[in-house]
Amino acid sequence: MKKQLKKFLEALDDRTGIPSGIRHFLGEDIPASSGWHQVFGSVALFMILVQFFTGIMLAFNYAPTAGQAYDSLRYIMTEVTGGRLMRGLHHWGASMVIVIVVLHMVQVFIWGSYKKPREATWIAGVILLLLTLAYGLTGYLLPWDNRAYWGTVVTTQIGASVPGAGPWVSRLLGSVGEIGVVTFARFYALHVLLLPPLTMLLIGFHVYLVRRHGVAPQPQDEGKPKKKFFPQQVFRDTLAIFVAFAILFTLAAMVRVPLERIADPTDTSYIPRPEWYFLFLFQSLKLFEGPLELVGTVILPTLAILALIATPFIDRSHLVQVRQRTLAIGIVLLAGIGWGGLTLAAVRGTPPQTAAASIDFSGPVQWMLLKPAELAGLHYFRQENCGRCHNVLRGGEAKAGPVLADAARRHDRDWMIRHFADPQSTSPGSAMPPVDISPAQMGDLAAAVSALTPESGDLLAITPDFVSSGAAVYQKNSCGGCHVVNGAGGRIGPGLNGLAARRTEAWTAEHFINPQKLSPGTPMPVYPLSKKEMQDLISWLFTLPEKSPT
Amino acid sequence: MTIETKTNRRGFYTQAIFALNTLLAAALAVPALVYLLVPGGRKRKETFVDAGDVSHLAPGAPVELSFQQSRIDGWRVSTEKRTAWVVKTAADKVIAYGPQCTHLGCAYHWEEQPKQFVCPCHASLFSVDGKVISGPAPRPLDRYVAQTRNGRLFLGPLRQFGESTATDETNPERAA
Repeated sequence: MKKQLKKFLEALDDRTGIPSGIRHFLGEDIPASSGWHQVFGSVALFMILVQFFTGIMLAFNYAPTAGQAYDSLRYIMTEVTGGRLMRGLHHWGASMVIVIVVLHMVQVFIWGSYKKPREATWIAGVILLLLTLAYGLTGYLLPWDNRAYWGTVVTTQIGASVPGAGPWVSRLLGSVGEIGVVTFARFYALHVLLLPPLTMLLIGFHVYLVRRHGVAPQPQDEGKPKKKFFPQQVFRDTLAIFVAFAILFTLAAMVRVPLERIADPTDTSYIPRPEWYFLFLFQSLKLFEGPLELVGTVILPTLAILALIATPFIDRSHLVQVRQRTLAIGIVLLAGIGWGGLTLAAVRGTPPQTAAASIDFSGPVQWMLLKPAELAGLHYFRQENCGRCHNVLRGGEAKAGPVLADAARRHDRDWMIRHFADPQSTSPGSAMPPVDISPAQMGDLAAAVSALTPESGDLLAITPDFVSSGAAVYQKNSCGGCHVVNGAGGRIGPGLNGLAARRTEAWTAEHFINPQKLSPGTPMPVYPLSKKEMQDLISWLFTLPEKSPT
Repeated sequence: MTIETKTNRRGFYTQAIFALNTLLAAALAVPALVYLLVPGGRKRKETFVDAGDVSHLAPGAPVELSFQQSRIDGWRVSTEKRTAWVVKTAADKVIAYGPQCTHLGCAYHWEEQPKQFVCPCHASLFSVDGKVISGPAPRPLDRYVAQTRNGRLFLGPLRQFGESTATDETNPERAA
C-alpha cells in the first residue's frame, strides 16, 4: 500500500511537478528568529479564502438586483437551513479580515520588515489593505436595507466631494444625484467581479515577493543557521488560523446579524452609520467644518495612504532589534490611541436609532399585522404581568395558570371580560386576582388573548415594547374612531398604513399638537400627549405595513 | 536535544497540522452542505384558493375551470393563472384534476364521445375518474387537494396519484 502510494506520487510528480512543488514550498528556509509574531499573513490569507467561499455560498441564494436583493437575503436568513450562519460567517468574516490585515501590517511595521529590498512587498500589502476596505464599502450596500442604503449615501457623497474628480467618481459609482439600481449594480460588480481577481493577483504577487526575498531576518539572525518552514512554523500558522476561525465561527453562530427594513429613500429620520472600522473616519469629519471638510474626507485619508506607501523610503535606517524600534512602536501606539479615541467618540456621539429602525426583519414580524386593540391588549398583558402565571404556548416552564394559546377556542370575548373583572365568577376556585384595568381595556386584553393561537407563534415574545405601548396610547385616545389601522377603525380620517411613506416623524409629532396648522380645516382635535406616549405612538405607526392587510 | 525527541516533535507537529486542517475543512464543508442540500425547516401551510361555483355542475361532465393561485418561488410569491378539469361524481363529490397529462405534461381535453380525457401529444386516454385507459401515461391524472364549501370549490396543492389528498380541516376559511 505504502509502496503503491509512493509510486503514484512519483508518477504524479513526473507529470505535474505538484508533489515536489509542495515539498519545495514547505521546505523554505526561514530565519532562526521566526516565530509566533509572523503568523498573521497566513491567517489573513485563510480568512480571505473563507470570505470567497462564504460569498459564493451566499450568491447561490442571492438575487443581485436592487429589487430582489433584500427579499432574497431575508429568504437566506429565515428559510434556508444554515443561511443565517452563512451570512454570519460572511458578515463577521469581513471584520475579521480587516482586523487581521491590520495586525499583519502592524507586525511588519514594528519589526521593520518593509526595509530594502522588501519595499514592493510592503506596497502590495498597502494596496491589499485598501482592497479589503473596498470590499467592506461595496458589500455594505448589498443587503439593500435601510442601513445599507443610508450608509452608502454618505460614502458616495464623500466621493462626490473630491475636488475635480468628484463628478467622475459619482458617474463611476452610478450615484449621480441619488443612489439607485445603477449604484447597486456597480457595487455588486465591484464586490464580486472586479475585487476578487484583483485580490488574488495581488496576493499571488505579494506571496511571490515574500518567497523571492525570504522571510525578513532580524539582526540577531546573523550567523545563525536557518530553519525550515515545515513543520514548526506551519504548525504555528495552522494553530493561529484555527483560533481565528473558531472566533469567527462563534461570532457567526452566536451574534445575530440584523436585517433592517428594506431601503427607503424617503425615510428622513434614519441616522446613517458606517461599519465599525470606518467610524473613526466618520468621527474625524466632525472635526472639520465648512470648506475645511475636505481635509477630513479627502486630504487626510490620502496623506495617510501616501505616508503608508512611502514608509520604506522614509525609514532607510539599518535594521535594529525590535526593542530598539521605539519610534515605530510609538507611532503604532499613537495611531492606536487616535483610532480608539475617535471610534469611542463616534460610538458615544451617535444618537440612538429610532425604534422603528431597530426592528430585525430577519426575525418573525407577524405582530405587524395585528389590529390596534390586539396590540394594546398585549400592552396590558405585559403591564399586568399576566405572563407570570400564564404561558402563551405549550411546553414552557410550569406556571400556576393555564396555557393561553387556545383560550379563544374555549371562551368568547364576553366570558373573558367577566373573567378579568372577577375571575371567581366564571372559574370558581381560581386563584387569579382580578385584573385592574378599565372595561374598555379589558376588551383589548380579550382581543389580545384571542389572537394568541398556536399558529400565530409567540406574539408576546416577538412584539416590541414600543409597539404595544404605542397601540395602547392609540386605543386610550380612541384614534380608531376616525382612522383605519390594519383593517380596523373608522373612515373619517385617512388610513394610517403607509404613513411612513407620506410623512416624517417630526411632521406627525407636530400634527398631534397643532393639527390646524399643518392640515387647515381638519376635524382632528389636539392631542397633548406626553413625550413618551408621543414617541411610542409615532414609532409604532411608522412600522405599519405599507398597505392595510385585508 | 536528542535525535529521538526531535523526530517525536516533528511527528507531533505533522499530526497536529493534519488534525487542525481536517477540523477546519469540516467546519466549512458541513455548514456548506447543510446550506445547499437540506431543505428549509419551515413547513408551508396548505393554502386553498377559491376556484369558483361548482353547485350547478352536472355529474359526470368535466369542465375546465381557471383560477388564480399564488406560487412561492424561493423569495418571490407570484400569482399565476392555473386551470383544473373539474368533475362532479355521482356521489356528489367534486374532483379536480391537474391540467397536464402525466406522460410529458401536454394539455389534455375532454371528449364527450366516448367520454374520455384525450391527450393530443401521444394519444394517452384517461377515464372520467382519472385512470389511464391506454397510451404511454405512466399514472392516473394528478389531483388537486379539493374541498367544497357552500357550493364553491376550494383548491390546494396538486398531488400525484397515491399521495394523500386528504384536507386539513381548518383551512378553506383562511384562504377565502
